[in-house]
Amino acid sequence: MSVTPDEALSVSPADAHEISAEAAKLSRRHFVGKVWQVIFASSTLVGIVALTTLLLNIVNSAFGYVAVENTVQPEHLAINGVPIERMPKEDLVAVLESHVSAGLMRRFENEIPWEERTREDVYNLVLERVVDPKPVAQWSLYESLFTVDAIRQEMVERYPEADLIFKSWVTPSFITSPQSSNAFNAGVRTAILGSLWTISIAIIFSFPIGVGAAIYLQEYAKDNLINRIITLNINNLAGVPSIIYGILGLALFVRLLGQVTSGAIFGYTDPMTANGRTILSAGLTLGLLILPLIIINAQEAIKAVPNSLRQASYGIGATRWQTIWHHVLPSALPGILTGTILAISRAIGETAPLVVVGASTFITFDPDGPFSKFTTLPVQIYQWTARPQDVFRNLAAGGIIVLLLMLLSMNAIAVLLRNRYSRRI
Amino acid sequence: MASLNPESSNGRYAIEAKDLNLYYGDFRAVKDTNMKFERNKITAIIGPSGCGKSTVLRAFNRMNELIPIYHATGEVIFNGTNIYNDDVDPVEVRRHIGMVFQKPNPFPKSIYENVAWGVRKVTNYKGKLDDIVEQSLRQAALWDEVKDILDQSGLALSGGQQQRLCIARTLAVKPNVVLMDEPASALDPIATLRIEELIQELKKDYTIIIVTHNMQQAARASDYTAFFNMDEDRAGFLVEYDRTTKMFTNPEKRLTEDYISGRFG
Repeated sequence: MSVTPDEALSVSPADAHEISAEAAKLSRRHFVGKVWQVIFASSTLVGIVALTTLLLNIVNSAFGYVAVENTVQPEHLAINGVPIERMPKEDLVAVLESHVSAGLMRRFENEIPWEERTREDVYNLVLERVVDPKPVAQWSLYESLFTVDAIRQEMVERYPEADLIFKSWVTPSFITSPQSSNAFNAGVRTAILGSLWTISIAIIFSFPIGVGAAIYLQEYAKDNLINRIITLNINNLAGVPSIIYGILGLALFVRLLGQVTSGAIFGYTDPMTANGRTILSAGLTLGLLILPLIIINAQEAIKAVPNSLRQASYGIGATRWQTIWHHVLPSALPGILTGTILAISRAIGETAPLVVVGASTFITFDPDGPFSKFTTLPVQIYQWTARPQDVFRNLAAGGIIVLLLMLLSMNAIAVLLRNRYSRRI
Repeated sequence: MASLNPESSNGRYAIEAKDLNLYYGDFRAVKDTNMKFERNKITAIIGPSGCGKSTVLRAFNRMNELIPIYHATGEVIFNGTNIYNDDVDPVEVRRHIGMVFQKPNPFPKSIYENVAWGVRKVTNYKGKLDDIVEQSLRQAALWDEVKDILDQSGLALSGGQQQRLCIARTLAVKPNVVLMDEPASALDPIATLRIEELIQELKKDYTIIIVTHNMQQAARASDYTAFFNMDEDRAGFLVEYDRTTKMFTNPEKRLTEDYISGRFG
């Protein structure tokens, strides 16, 4: 019996029913999948929106119009019609003398005698101390861009004396200037240096110890109750609030080891830091804080090294140490480095423990070693936001941008290092 | 320290297991094994999954000791010394009794370094490394394929090449015995054949013990065959051990015949 193609393709009504039921089920399955896809996509969207809001908020404060009012108008300082821009040094000194206290003049004299100062230097002193421009009002970037007319209106009504300038709070001089009580002169130099110092000490302290502990726990320690309890506790330590580490650092490094952290036993005597509230204390505290993170990350990295690699090494008669040093650690290194840099990124942003350990909120000189007073970027930002004058909020936004850039570049270094070491194999 | 120097013995047997019992914790994985491995011969160990053939193999170079709950009783005599004696260092054992694993596991280093590392770090070889690298790669029948790419990563090679690289790495430290734990099971048929040919070449210089799942491989490539099976209590035991030709044509035990003819396992 022959079957025509038509017959072969024809479908009985019962079959057709089954097929359409099957198709309905399939489209239902696809629908469920679509729903979940939308849910996951919106979760991502929430994260992106939050991040964008944060960035916009910061940028909004970091740039914008500022109304600047001079304490003394420069025109009023002209002598015989010569404005201060064209005055010789001697006249500038005279201007300075007639406007600031005798005590301050003596202090300037003590720092650098007038004869040795350049005209430029004296001119800057006049600008800073006599003309003394002060921000009287500031507007956000959004307002500056879209409500310029309202701003000009307000300027005319409320600040007729003031100049309106568009200011970026993040400038090269913002990064290179030390802290100052004048918002226009204030910068983050001391804070950046303080951050770098404390972080370096934290790394030097916790990287070798953390990796060493991870190697021990992963490669040497037997899998018994005690070691499991130790591992569990390290995991818990990683979740302890950072302020607790601050209190620990205060008790341990500042109080108990004050002689060491103040540098007294090394013959370093400075009455300002004799209490042990130094960079060293802060660095060690941050080191303690990131130690569990480094241990956990390094443990994970070492655990991820395939056992076949260890067997290969043991199989040709290598010792345990040779196996660890030549095979396990090189393979785990990218992971260890990534984990460490993530831990460091966390330490850079820490504020609370440093406040407890005794970060100075206002210092204008650079830290010159592990035994000096310090402040760090987050502490500086915190201090600015806590000030009553609104203008420091803009400075804080600038500081946050610098901090974010630092974090970004650290993460970039992490990625580069990891790629470099992974490519070597 | 007991001497494991291969020159110190030239008896007929390279390795001899006496009353060997192997345990994982309380579980006895292999029981009461007595067997001798003839020098410069290939001995295949076959048996169903879980019968403890790999455990036995790894007992011969104390590789099992990387598993914390493992322990052994009985003796493994290598060159007149029981390698389980207290004064024998397992590191020294593994240097003389090399091992090739089921999955190719080259070091994540260059081809050259894969071979040279062990020579530099494990043996006291004072000659030129280049020579021993070439010699080992030639022995492993890999030299012609890699002589121009010695500085490339060992992981860039194909599976069969990687396994031959692992063999070269093992040979480079001049072991006396080479243990092979299913060396071809992760490879395609052509690569498997090359490995088998290579093993035939190697028996001139080495004693080879090979665990295999593949009965044809045992029949093709080995001089002696040992058949392990499992007890009711899941402990592996040696059923029969004889010349391969006899094992595959006229085995003594019914169990062996059933396994070899494919009736179980």
